[in-house]
Amino acid sequence: MTEFVGKQKVFQSWVREKLFLGMNLKAYLKNLIKPFNIVAGIIVLVGLPFIVMRYAQGLGAVTHASQDQPWSLFLSWGLFTGVPLAATGYIMASAVYIFGQKQYHPMVRPAVLTGFIGYFFAVMFLLVDLGRPWRLPYPMISSFGTASVLFLVAWHVALYLSTQFVEFCPAVFEWLGANRFRRWAIAVTVGATIFGVILSTLHQSALGALFLLAPGKLHPLWYSEFIPLFFFVSSIFAGLSMIIAESTLTSRFLKHRYSPGYLARLPDLTLGLGKAASFVLFTYFGLKIVGLAHGHQWDLLSTTYGRWFLVELLGFVLLPSFLFAWGVRSRSVGLVRFTAFFTILGIAVNRLNVSLFALNWKLPHRVFFYWKEFIVVIAIITIEILVYRWIVNRLPVYREHPGYRESEFEESFQTSKAIL
Amino acid sequence: MKISRRRFFKIAAAAGGAGILGKSKPARGVEQFTGWPDRFGVLTDLTRCVGCRSCEAACNEINKLPQPKVPFEDRSVLEKERRASAEYYTYVNRYADPKNKGQWVYRKAQCNHCDEPACASACLVKALTKTPEGPVIWNEKVCIGCRYCMTACPFYVPAYEYSNAFSPNLVKCTMCYDTRTSKGGIPACVEACPMEAMTFGKRKDLIKVARKRIMDRPDKYTDHIYGEHEVGGTCWLYISGVPFEEVGLPTDVGTKPYPEFTRGFLSMVPAVLVVWPALLGGFYMFTKNREQETEEEEVIPEEKEEWS
Repeated sequence: MTEFVGKQKVFQSWVREKLFLGMNLKAYLKNLIKPFNIVAGIIVLVGLPFIVMRYAQGLGAVTHASQDQPWSLFLSWGLFTGVPLAATGYIMASAVYIFGQKQYHPMVRPAVLTGFIGYFFAVMFLLVDLGRPWRLPYPMISSFGTASVLFLVAWHVALYLSTQFVEFCPAVFEWLGANRFRRWAIAVTVGATIFGVILSTLHQSALGALFLLAPGKLHPLWYSEFIPLFFFVSSIFAGLSMIIAESTLTSRFLKHRYSPGYLARLPDLTLGLGKAASFVLFTYFGLKIVGLAHGHQWDLLSTTYGRWFLVELLGFVLLPSFLFAWGVRSRSVGLVRFTAFFTILGIAVNRLNVSLFALNWKLPHRVFFYWKEFIVVIAIITIEILVYRWIVNRLPVYREHPGYRESEFEESFQTSKAIL
Repeated sequence: MKISRRRFFKIAAAAGGAGILGKSKPARGVEQFTGWPDRFGVLTDLTRCVGCRSCEAACNEINKLPQPKVPFEDRSVLEKERRASAEYYTYVNRYADPKNKGQWVYRKAQCNHCDEPACASACLVKALTKTPEGPVIWNEKVCIGCRYCMTACPFYVPAYEYSNAFSPNLVKCTMCYDTRTSKGGIPACVEACPMEAMTFGKRKDLIKVARKRIMDRPDKYTDHIYGEHEVGGTCWLYISGVPFEEVGLPTDVGTKPYPEFTRGFLSMVPAVLVVWPALLGGFYMFTKNREQETEEEEVIPEEKEEWS
């Protein structure tokens, strides 16, 4: 009996420490009542009935259900915008572990977590959008359409989601206090990173390659045989901007979770990322010009679509490239951070253009959005933020776990040295 | 037998050459598809169609589709140009005749059953397949409902049952594959047409029929068989007295089979799978080496803060 009580006590304290942030249930629940949580709660509560409606009455209940424009905001945002914004993981992990940019090491965990959550919710959006979501694993287990680009996307997103989970495992095991498992997870870091870069290269570009099959439907200014390359290169600055944006918000609102050392170095690191983003944006701009020249599309620039194309190219690619460069030069962390948010908006503009606005451009009377789609999308994004916050409030993401003072980076180097 | 070095290379080269150039088996999925030799098709002669909608009624009956709100005898539906819908497989639209003022040209629309279908190459679960007989068919058992086929189809043919929550289907013409054509029959719409506007037969014969009609009456027909080369060839063919863009058929789809558009990208995949690990592994080695060297040079442990 005493043993049982003892076990119960251990369990209670585990729950208190690991899940309730060191508070008892009452205090924890009381602590939850904050303006942010209330607003988030209302958004989710408003969204849930629409999500239920989608499963009870079919896609037509919450989307515009067009036979001409089969994909709605669920995919345009959830998949085509969500996946490049979740490129954070492969970029930071490869910068630190492959290219040896050690000073960015504290950013790897938040980046991998952002990536993991981003992909996880891309899959959530797929589950909302697929006509028969319960068949999601079919391409993996029973029916292989190997000639399809989407087949590649499905496999790679699934594999990459798992890879990112493995990459994030050290933090999970530190949280659980499983030292041995943590060492195993760290031992595979370099391998997982390389695998992650391969998968990301292929599926980021494959998302663009999906549209290669719509040559007559996608406006010629956006349709290009380089579109896989466009999607891949833009995922790099999308990821970089997301890391800046994410650290901007969390270093402000979740400051207590940061280690003082990291917090002090964050402005410098932000400038470094801004510099990289500026460079990649400029490369992307050059690529887009090459694509334009390659397709001989100059004459189309004077049309309405052409002007919109120029807004995207000059306003959301070239301008942020200069803004980043200027911000880095004048050492203005604020400008770099602003530009990061602006670049994220630019990525959304580009992906929405390709998958929504410039697709089926020849058809008259097109409906782009249905208000119910917005509600569902905003509710899911809110859940995404809550899940992210739940994790970083508990797991050592912006700092090392007090129990693990030794540098993880060194350790991973030593282990992989032994393997290689 | 002794094989000289030279002879060995000759044999190896011949074997390699045969492997590359030799005829491989056709039709391993869509990737290798070169067109089934005896595929069937339908030739629609727009000069004969009077827009009576008998084909629509026959199609509705044989495929057990829902009863329409407006009966098939009611021609008022023609007033508005219709597009693909989950309620029907085929529909007739009318267009103003550019040659004779006040007259109409009618066109029946349905799946064109491409020789190398974009939809089939888009499908990640092989729910859409091209049968050797010609029809492109959809398998209800494996479809996950991603609707990429709809984005890929250059003719905007497949429709989706958006209002069906539990077993939404892809809706498109099957050329009566299950009910008739696989058993030697002819499609219901072809049979129902009172004007004989449609002819069912082997595609290669239909091409000849179409050519002859155009040749016999060059004043009556536009000198073009729509579907002979469009998107690499379709099994449903059209001949018409007016240019095809006047009757809502896209004339900018090109003659390249759609699977070709993604083939280049897909063939790049194995290269990335092989090159990337080597390249990134190489970079990693460089980095590691550099780390070790700098470590040996400067033995300053103060740098080792909690993070670096």
